[in-house]
Amino acid sequence: MTPLLEVRGIDKSFGPVKVLHKVEFTAYAGEVTALVGDNGAGKSTLVKCVGGIYPIDDGEIHFDGRPVQVHSPRDAGELGIEIVYQDLALCDNLDIVQNMFLGRERRRGPLLDEDSMEELAERTLSSLSVRTVKSIRQQVSSLSGGQRQTVAIAKAVLWNSKVVILDEPTAALGVAQTAQVLELVRRLADTGLAVVLISHNMNDVFAVSDRIAALYLGRMAAQVKTADVTHAQVVELITSGRSGDLGLKNGVTP
Amino acid sequence: MKHLRLGAPQVVWIGLVLAGLVVAFSVLAPRTFPTSFNLLNLVSDAAILLLLATGMTYVIITAGIDLSVGGVLVFSAVSAAKVMEATGSLALGALAALVAGLAWGVLNGVLIAMGRIPALIVTLGTLGMSLGAALLLTGGVDLRAPTELNLGLGLARWLGVPVIVWICAAITAALALMLARTRFGRHTYAIGSNAEASRRGGVAVRAHLVKVYGLAGLLAGLAGCLSLAKYGITGVSAHSTDNLQAIAAVVIGGTSLFGGVGTVAGTVIGVFIPVVLQNGFQILGVRPFWQQVVVGAVLVAAVYVDQWRRRARDH
Ligand SMILES: Nc1ncnc2c1ncn2[C@@H]1O[C@H](COP(=O)(O)OP(=O)(O)OP(=O)(O)O)[C@@H](O)[C@H]1O
Ligand SMILES: [Mg+2]
Repeated sequence: MTPLLEVRGIDKSFGPVKVLHKVEFTAYAGEVTALVGDNGAGKSTLVKCVGGIYPIDDGEIHFDGRPVQVHSPRDAGELGIEIVYQDLALCDNLDIVQNMFLGRERRRGPLLDEDSMEELAERTLSSLSVRTVKSIRQQVSSLSGGQRQTVAIAKAVLWNSKVVILDEPTAALGVAQTAQVLELVRRLADTGLAVVLISHNMNDVFAVSDRIAALYLGRMAAQVKTADVTHAQVVELITSGRSGDLGLKNGVTP
Repeated sequence: MKHLRLGAPQVVWIGLVLAGLVVAFSVLAPRTFPTSFNLLNLVSDAAILLLLATGMTYVIITAGIDLSVGGVLVFSAVSAAKVMEATGSLALGALAALVAGLAWGVLNGVLIAMGRIPALIVTLGTLGMSLGAALLLTGGVDLRAPTELNLGLGLARWLGVPVIVWICAAITAALALMLARTRFGRHTYAIGSNAEASRRGGVAVRAHLVKVYGLAGLLAGLAGCLSLAKYGITGVSAHSTDNLQAIAAVVIGGTSLFGGVGTVAGTVIGVFIPVVLQNGFQILGVRPFWQQVVVGAVLVAAVYVDQWRRRARDH
């Protein structure tokens, strides 16, 4: 099976600080791949490189077997890669529909086609079984954390996307809303999308993921099937970069 | 009740204030204030400022500011007068004003968006540069407009209303529609609301900012040309507070200095409040300096209300 998204040997530095070292990462259609690692390991940076927010210093990104160039968020969007960022990146002063279509508004002639955008937003939200928002013309500033998260996810799946990457989508959520979002994550993968889930919560990771990729200090320690490892092994990979036969040897990627 | 008060947009409240002023002056001076002659005067006084304030509305919605509009207006008027004098063509002169305005605006936009210099500093700089350049070109003496312009466009009326007013009203209406209903307008709000989110959504943020400042400059250029026609002189020293008047109008009209919020309709009302006050005070024989005091107070009140609404929303 060819991975839908494959990252090969990515390097990324911010000035003198090297944040990613020859990182390899793959994500398959129909699966949830969990990306784990300690604070500052480089998870968000990796995701932003894939999303065209940061230019990469070296390495390649392959999409559906082909090498691709991702220089801007627009490039990523055109490939079908959508990212729900850790900070969500929603415009508080705009309403739900306006946020979902930001940068890709539909038009009829020179004017915005509000009706068709509203209808599609409505349809997407209900296909995700989201019934918690009162009105999709509500300003995003008036939404709860969980509702904002749902809007950000709905925005990502609106575009017939093929890869959806979620950066700590449950970090700020309560128990019930976390369960909802995880269920949503699983459902997205079951519809055939490649889903990448970044999380610090091992229970969540083991509950929904098919594979786990562990970053350690900017290096990919290991990418394994979830069924093949235990909680303890993953925690070890996160905290020391290795666990038994798995992981980095002497700090160098095998 | 509290909910209702919060829910009503500021434009509604400020509209009520304007209506209240008009009613009050009409009651206090029933023979002189609500006459078609006086109301036309009012509208003529407001028309050119309206162009500046509409451009300023776009700029402030992106969370920016443009202090240069008065200087750009004067520079454009001088360019127009010089070209009209040299070529004898009014059209070429008008074109020169528009090009000059657009060029200053684009310069602002490029320095702010690409050079990442704060808008306050950039436009303070170009205010000085454009005004200084205008004074250099004229040697500090006002140039006169060609008589055909001053007596032509300057006095022309259509349906009893000055053509200059029609031009300003039509452009303002078009720009109101553009802000509310087009992708350009939507991106203007989005950038002011969260520039990084806009960029991640695929909005070309920097290019958009250049266009917005370019638009503000273009409108200042047109305002320069129209004011040359209306007043017959370039007015090199008459526009030093245009920027503050425009900003005050925009803010009174409910546009937030923090960006992401505002309407052209609000700005129209915000332009008329000072004009109506000035006119009404004059008619009532109140000393005109009171107008400045009252407008200042209204401005502070408008910003206070904006802050208060933001606090209420964030908690
Ligand atoms: N724009 C930036 N400029 C400089 N350094 C950065 C920048 N972004 C991230 N870094 C650094 O890169 C490293 C990796 O950060 P990153 O945000 O990718 O970590 P993370 O794995 O997502 O952590 P967390 O779990 O806390 O979200 C950190 O040391 C961080 O300080
Ligand atoms: Mg992160």
